[in-house]
Amino acid sequence: MDKSQLKYLPSHEWAAIEGKIATVGITSYAVEQLTDVTHLQLPAIGKAVTAGKAFGEIESVKAVFDLNSPVTGTVAEVNKAVQQDPSLINSDSYGVGWMVKIEMAPGATTDHLLDLAAYEKQLAESH
Amino acid sequence: MDPLRTPLFDWHVARKARMVPFGGWEMPVQYSGIIHEHQIVRNAAGMFDISHMARFDLNGPDALTLIQKVFTNDAAKMKAGQVKYGLVCKENGGILDDILVYRFADHWAMVVNASNREKIFAWLAAQKGSLDTTVTDHTLESAMIAVQGPTMLTVCHEMFPDDPSALKYYHAMETTYRGWPCVVSRTGYTGEDGLEISIEKTQAVALADDLLDRGAVPCGLGARDTLRLEAAMPLYGHELNETITPIQAGLGWAVKFDKGEFIGREALEESEGLMGVQMRRVGLELEGKRAAREHSTILAGGIPMGVVTSGSYVPTLEKSIAMGYVAPRAAFPGSELMVDIRGTPTPAKVVPMPFYKRAK
Repeated sequence: MDKSQLKYLPSHEWAAIEGKIATVGITSYAVEQLTDVTHLQLPAIGKAVTAGKAFGEIESVKAVFDLNSPVTGTVAEVNKAVQQDPSLINSDSYGVGWMVKIEMAPGATTDHLLDLAAYEKQLAESH
Repeated sequence: MDPLRTPLFDWHVARKARMVPFGGWEMPVQYSGIIHEHQIVRNAAGMFDISHMARFDLNGPDALTLIQKVFTNDAAKMKAGQVKYGLVCKENGGILDDILVYRFADHWAMVVNASNREKIFAWLAAQKGSLDTTVTDHTLESAMIAVQGPTMLTVCHEMFPDDPSALKYYHAMETTYRGWPCVVSRTGYTGEDGLEISIEKTQAVALADDLLDRGAVPCGLGARDTLRLEAAMPLYGHELNETITPIQAGLGWAVKFDKGEFIGREALEESEGLMGVQMRRVGLELEGKRAAREHSTILAGGIPMGVVTSGSYVPTLEKSIAMGYVAPRAAFPGSELMVDIRGTPTPAKVVPMPFYKRAK
């Protein structure tokens, strides 16, 4: 994934938007904060999700966080590989470590999402 | 107050450690990854910067008298070169800290938790009265590195003029490293065989580089936490605090009522009599891989019965385990409980501690 083409939530999820489909994962900053991922809870296909609301949970040895949906819609696909082996998120959170694909609801917007520059600015400011 | 930095701060940063605040210090939580570091310690040898641990020397003819007054274990029985674990308690039996006491030929020493350095130093000063002893805090002038794991003696082979393989468990020696005085003890906080080395701070980087060259793998506080959790070792601020007695914590073996007077003695004798009513520390094994985090509620039949103090998915056992305090009627091995993990009651069974014990 080209990080500059992605959209971001302040809570460290990225979304790759292609037409009506948003592919969702977490940023390398989130992975670094989490340390080794030990458990991942993802929704079933068909589940309705809301922009900014939790759709799942990610857990490491050190911490547990909600996974928030960047967009409103329904879950169209779940990455089975990452469900079976959450360490894929540690190795490549922008590639093989993607989590779900969401089919955006009619009229759903991405305007609230940050671009890379805004996301990185937020990271810098939180330090 | 800005966090303190150990003499190895730059060394950690140069090795891409992620630094976090801990007990008033800025410490490495991980380098290569917590699970990898954990497995290294179980199977080979890891090295930990534990310079944040507080190191006090006690000198003078009354050092033993002061230690006996504040320490629950019996230091009078210690021989030179011996190390003992025990608690420092308040009058009401609440735990001020868990510490190691070292006896050397001509003085005594203590290793105290980082977060309790100032509290315990002040406590010792307050209890000293007219006793003829001097307590010196040399934490900030020294460094301490732990080398832990089954291959640690190979790693440390011929590092010191005295052979650490001759050290028995919970024994220490005063020796030298490249001509610099140091203390090496056969102690640790991982459940593995290990050494802890303390030395003047100017020698910290040379010692760390040497250990690295000899094959020890740098490990952070993240692995230290999962390792000690598997070994069911309590951590101050989690399993232990000023409202918990050593009896409740399952540390009655480190309280010696036959040694004579010490602070907290009466309350602890009373605490023993209250075993039937006071919450006590248990080990829990949970279903699934979700971790029971600190402060999670422990339930029995839907009724709150206790609270989790530490919990994680742990790499060697590949299970979600936890420690916590529960009412005595729920505190027996095999007891079927639930832990509320973020709103989901999750089955948890009381199991004997430690969860992990190394093969001898």
